[in-house]
Amino acid sequence: MVLWAVALSVFRESIRDRVFYNLLLFAVLLVGAAVLIGQMTAGQDLKIIKDLGLAATSFFGLFIAVFVGVGLVWKEVERRSVYSLLAKPVGRPELVLGKYVGLALTLLVNVLVMAVVLYLLLAFMQFSSPESVRAGWEAPAADPALLKAFLLIYVQLLLVTAIALFFSTFAGPMVSMALTFGFYVIGHFNADLKHFDAVVTSTPLAWLLRALYYLLPNLAPFDITAKVVHGQLVPAGYLLMTIGYAAIYIAVLLTAASFIFSRRDLK
Amino acid sequence: MHAIATENLTKDYALGFWRKRPYRALDSLTLHVEPGEIFGFLGPNGAGKTTTLKLLLQLVFPTSGRAEILGRPVGDAGVRRRIGYLPENPYFYDHLTAVELLDYFGRLFHLSSADRAARVPRLLDQVGLGAERRLPLRRFSKGMLQRVGLAQAIVNEPEVVFLDEPMSGLDPIGRRMVRELMLGLREGGTTVFFSSHILADAEAVCSRVAILAGGRLVASGRLADLLAFGVKGWEVVVDHVDDGVVDRVRPLADRMTRIAERRYALELSPEVRPERVLADLAAIGASVVSLNPLRDTLEDYFMRRVSEDGHQRQVEA
Repeated sequence: MVLWAVALSVFRESIRDRVFYNLLLFAVLLVGAAVLIGQMTAGQDLKIIKDLGLAATSFFGLFIAVFVGVGLVWKEVERRSVYSLLAKPVGRPELVLGKYVGLALTLLVNVLVMAVVLYLLLAFMQFSSPESVRAGWEAPAADPALLKAFLLIYVQLLLVTAIALFFSTFAGPMVSMALTFGFYVIGHFNADLKHFDAVVTSTPLAWLLRALYYLLPNLAPFDITAKVVHGQLVPAGYLLMTIGYAAIYIAVLLTAASFIFSRRDLK
Repeated sequence: MHAIATENLTKDYALGFWRKRPYRALDSLTLHVEPGEIFGFLGPNGAGKTTTLKLLLQLVFPTSGRAEILGRPVGDAGVRRRIGYLPENPYFYDHLTAVELLDYFGRLFHLSSADRAARVPRLLDQVGLGAERRLPLRRFSKGMLQRVGLAQAIVNEPEVVFLDEPMSGLDPIGRRMVRELMLGLREGGTTVFFSSHILADAEAVCSRVAILAGGRLVASGRLADLLAFGVKGWEVVVDHVDDGVVDRVRPLADRMTRIAERRYALELSPEVRPERVLADLAAIGASVVSLNPLRDTLEDYFMRRVSEDGHQRQVEA
């Protein structure tokens, strides 16, 4: 299958470009932090490690999604490798989707390995902590609920990748990068836009802000770290809703990206 | 059915950022290429050759006109399976080796892994990269990339192959390899459409050519018809012409030029029978080093047509 062949080539490029070296940094950072924090705090270290592990997964993933994502299509065009590729039986939408799936695969491996590293560390903490300390924990150390947080982090990364890829079909990497990071930041404060009509008096401005609220991605719901770390329940319905939202948003972005790229003159 | 056909194919590019000005890169190109021929698409840089190729491969879209390959519109997905393309100054993925690149492209044509395993090394041997097959492409020179480019253009055993400046960046041995490759493809029934501004290469392999200048077709047809292939005269190089006999040799030629001690180049008019001159020279005691017909070369023709076209444009303006 053509799409899959394109995706695998992106994955292979990630490996050759040493993208996965970030995993090493992640592991060192996490283990180092665990040792340090374990010496400074009592009882709180578990929460901090969970927080740190999830935040680092999100952060490292974000950098891969943006830095690799903005180059996916742009690099092919800029280096002209796209000419020989598109002369083959590869449709332009197939190229765009294949690139997307390839990076999604890279991110999946990245997030999975990080999850494994964090769980190993947490299992070690569970094993090495005395009963008295364990009794004070809000949630068990190797809590399966953490997987929910990892899942939503991954889905959020998929969304960010789609944004980066969308921009890269018509803009250069610096512009795409700035826009994607911009979307990411706004996405986390998006909910504020909805209630701006209570603050601004001008009706058109309120309408504009409301329109932006619906147009821009809302990324806040993807961050359930605090809930999971504190042992609060995240219902399956919430997960499904959030994933559904991401799926629709990604589908729209990829359709738009394919549409734009399919009409571009590759001069 | 033509292998390649274009009807009034036209491409305008927009130049400028705010105030877009149209720039006509290709102007009403109508061209037919027959199956199984090597067709040379000639013209100076900026003539519109690459634009035409990109239009045929749908890398850019025409402003007007249409193009067909193997009787089907260029956008047809089925057509892509049956064609190959070498872009100008090709560039591929740095992180892959030549084998991996061809394997990847073979996959895109749904070649089985057994087919790929058999075909890829053979192709790399054919383009002279057998020894470098496991080297990452980032280490490849321009000429080596050109060779990989040629191999990937024929990985699917295409019926029509488009080569944009296939000889560029190659040394004389490489150029000969490309010529042999093109002739081999034609033997196998493949139509070869190649662009070049290097006319000697075209002359060596093409059955028909088209000449493009300033986005317009200025001539097309069989090489023999386009060029005055009739002999324009003869050049004889003679040696051992002693000073005493120079005056006896001079009347035999239209022009006589001294090359070195006792060695001269003689230009004969086309009406003269060279055999008689050779006999006369032998009688005088001079020895003949070479005899060559003087012909109109593609280069001459090319320069003439391009300047005629430029002149015509000036008149029109």
